[in-house]
Amino acid sequence: MKLLVCISKAPDTTSKISFTDGDTKFDENGVQYIVNPYDEWYALVRALELTEANGGTVTTITVGTAADDPTIRKALAIGATDAVRVDAEAKDPYFVAKQIAEYAKANNFDIILTGKETINYNGAQIGSMLAEMLDQPFVSLAQKLEVSGNTATLERDVPGGAEVIEVNTPFVLSAAKGMAEQRIPNMRGIMAARTKALNVIPAVETAELTSIVSYSMPAAKAECKYIDADSMTELVELLHNEAKVI
Amino acid sequence: MSVLVFIETKGKISKAAREAVTYGSKIGPTTVITYGDADAASLGSIGDNGATKVLVCRNLSEGNDQQLTKLITAAANNCGADVIIVSQDQLGKAVAPRVAASMEAGHVSGAIALPDTANGFIVKTNVFSGKAFANVSVSSSKKVISLLPNSISPESTGGNAEVEEFNTDLGSAGITVKEMKTQGEGVLLPEAELVVSAGRGLKGPENWGMVEDLANTLGAATACSRPVADIGWRPHHEHVGQTGVAIRPNLYIAAGISGAIQHLAGVNGSKTIVVINTDSEAPFFKAADYGIVGDAFEVLPKLNEAMRTFKASQN
Repeated sequence: MKLLVCISKAPDTTSKISFTDGDTKFDENGVQYIVNPYDEWYALVRALELTEANGGTVTTITVGTAADDPTIRKALAIGATDAVRVDAEAKDPYFVAKQIAEYAKANNFDIILTGKETINYNGAQIGSMLAEMLDQPFVSLAQKLEVSGNTATLERDVPGGAEVIEVNTPFVLSAAKGMAEQRIPNMRGIMAARTKALNVIPAVETAELTSIVSYSMPAAKAECKYIDADSMTELVELLHNEAKVI
Repeated sequence: MSVLVFIETKGKISKAAREAVTYGSKIGPTTVITYGDADAASLGSIGDNGATKVLVCRNLSEGNDQQLTKLITAAANNCGADVIIVSQDQLGKAVAPRVAASMEAGHVSGAIALPDTANGFIVKTNVFSGKAFANVSVSSSKKVISLLPNSISPESTGGNAEVEEFNTDLGSAGITVKEMKTQGEGVLLPEAELVVSAGRGLKGPENWGMVEDLANTLGAATACSRPVADIGWRPHHEHVGQTGVAIRPNLYIAAGISGAIQHLAGVNGSKTIVVINTDSEAPFFKAADYGIVGDAFEVLPKLNEAMRTFKASQN
């Protein structure tokens, strides 16, 4: 089984979010980057479990600069076979998907796994775009994945319930919570990651279709209004007359 | 600019669908594309939200991203749409980027406001899990926008749309749904305007009756925090937060949830937040509009009683 896992870096979930350069750039000062949790905990770890059980390889792919290498090494330390970095700034989702699609077309993977979204841009776009560019089925927000021969069975929550899906390889999926459990790399993995291949390849030319021109922060919340536990009628009145939500 | 809006029309036409049509009609003349067997009268009623025409594909009964992409792309070409609008729900998340890739269109995911066209085409979206906004400029001639629910109010124009059948080669679905496991009949969480949620403070699944009672009184959906879903007190599809569902209801009532940053990431788009917690230091109070320092076991029944009295007075 030949698997490709899309890996992106993201600021640690507890990072303070602020912007610089007239609110046009994310302020990286003091920010610790991690492997985007959905890419790591769910997509990568499940890919490793499958190849450990059935044989095969797990390649990671990242569109980014040398600044991404530490997070790519982390993915190798967790157990990926090798890694590819498309050497370019991740300009916009279409650009990123195009780079990965070009690489995937030349290398015939059975399954391409992405996280359900990154925790910084929350776009949830790459998997779906990739599937279209490769003309493959796409299973979004998958929470379970089993593979038998060239058939995969997946489960996901849908509003009000869950569904079981069957799909033939090759296909693309985005992984959500439930897929696998986080793995902490051990010393052997970290040592091995140093000598694993991290192949840097050039980007293909692609138009930039969107760009972020500025950021802003939500208006500060007004102070919380405390209501006595015995005055629920007052709360109901406030929700009706002040907040106007009931 | 000419606009195409994709909506689902199974059963009752959802509020999210009406929001998307209203949003589209504020950008330009709007055509709707949908599928399934909804009757012509109910499809025509989408004109009330500003659509002039509704295209309906009758040879598709279950939506999937691969076939819907073919349908939406063909409809966009048919009506010469510059802007395509999709609701940012579970299906929309899978379909919209695919449509964008197929048309080489710039895609804005999670829009929360109308585009600013004074200088280009700039759309405000949620980023950093609701902790910030980004203004995204789209430079391609074709544009795809996925709209977060509850970002705009549906408006009524009194109009009626012309309904036309629209069929095209949809190819295969690619995936097969083998089994649907539906759980309960209540209000669906992602579309709910009112949500009552609870966490570990409720001490056990047997105590959820008072959460459900309040939800029933309000006509609200029920939700829960991550630990509660993880230990199996509540089904996973009720889990709101960073790794669960992100929701944007008008009212979010949280009982016995401390308000970890990962939980807030799923609910910080709520218009009004009410927090009930015994611990006055719980971080959730910082994000709350109304706070009650008290025991959920006492507060929830009292709140339910007050709500019932209020509801009765409204009728």
